[in-house]
Amino acid sequence: MTAEIIVVTSGKGGVGKTTTSASLATGLAMAGKKVAVIDFDVGLRNLDLIMGCERRVVYDFVNVVHGESTLKQSLIKDKRYDNLYVLAASQTRDKDALTQEGVEKVLDGLSEDGFDYVVCDSPAGIEKGAHLAMYFADHAVVVVNPEVSSVRDSDRILGLLASKTRRAERGEGPVTQHLLLTRYNPARVAIGEMLSVKDVEEILGIEVVGVIPESENVLTASNNGIPVIVDADSLAGQAYSDTVARILGEVRPLRFIDVPKKGFLQRVFGG
Amino acid sequence: MGILDFLKRKPESTASVARERLRIIVAQERSTRGAPDYLPMMRNELLEVIKKYVHVDLDAININFERDSGHEILELSVTLPEGKPAAGSPASNEATIG
Repeated sequence: MTAEIIVVTSGKGGVGKTTTSASLATGLAMAGKKVAVIDFDVGLRNLDLIMGCERRVVYDFVNVVHGESTLKQSLIKDKRYDNLYVLAASQTRDKDALTQEGVEKVLDGLSEDGFDYVVCDSPAGIEKGAHLAMYFADHAVVVVNPEVSSVRDSDRILGLLASKTRRAERGEGPVTQHLLLTRYNPARVAIGEMLSVKDVEEILGIEVVGVIPESENVLTASNNGIPVIVDADSLAGQAYSDTVARILGEVRPLRFIDVPKKGFLQRVFGG
Repeated sequence: MGILDFLKRKPESTASVARERLRIIVAQERSTRGAPDYLPMMRNELLEVIKKYVHVDLDAININFERDSGHEILELSVTLPEGKPAAGSPASNEATIG
């Protein structure tokens, strides 16, 4: 049994890759899967903070790749779900710390240890780290904001997924692409200030797997080191739960993409 | 939408401007995807040459790169403007090329 490898990528920085990786990995673990989430952003480790395990990092991804620690020593067990593990990025400044062979060895090791899913949190850009994060993927979650530079960059990433991955090179069938629209503000879409779900889908020629509304809870969750999906009361958390269910094959309608209905007086007088 | 909203004149929404700009740039970038890296530079150099004779801008040059079984096709099209030759250029007497 080999683990399914999911890369969370975007091209552009700051669109919500790490937030998404944390919630996706946690959501899969909540569904009973054995999950590892790996931070590929060597030199700029951050997934540990979002997962709330920053003080428990002893060995990291680069240590395993270089044989300085075992996989078992380096995987950090999540506080809430005991079938969820984090592999932190190294804080080294050496750009060549990761190699394709090294990454493959770690992924194979996780498969042997019975992991169902490995979530790879890609760094921004299209350099080596981003390339390695996507290279072995079976699925890709492309995180996009309804904003021009993010949409353009994600089109570039979709192109790379179709050509620069092991699946593409071996002709093993395409990497399954999932488009995830984050920081969505239905009120601004309604007044023509923001690209809509349909706009982004049409421009990129791919349907969204989920829409995460812009939400204060995302910052609150990161302040606390708790993936926002754990906050079942928040709209962003619920939208992430839906997204994970869809990735697992469930059919669920999109929520939180329309402005909440107004009352009678508001409808008459506007505002 | 309230009954007083018709008083506010709405300009074209910025979202639709964004949509149109993205449609064009994404289509353009897809057409050269997987093509050799020198294409954008070649496009600019060609533009410089063409500019010596006719006033055109960057949008006027389209480069398409296609892979067919066994061979590659480089397709290049230049849209020439009507009646606007560069001043003093040799082409100034032949203004109706496009």
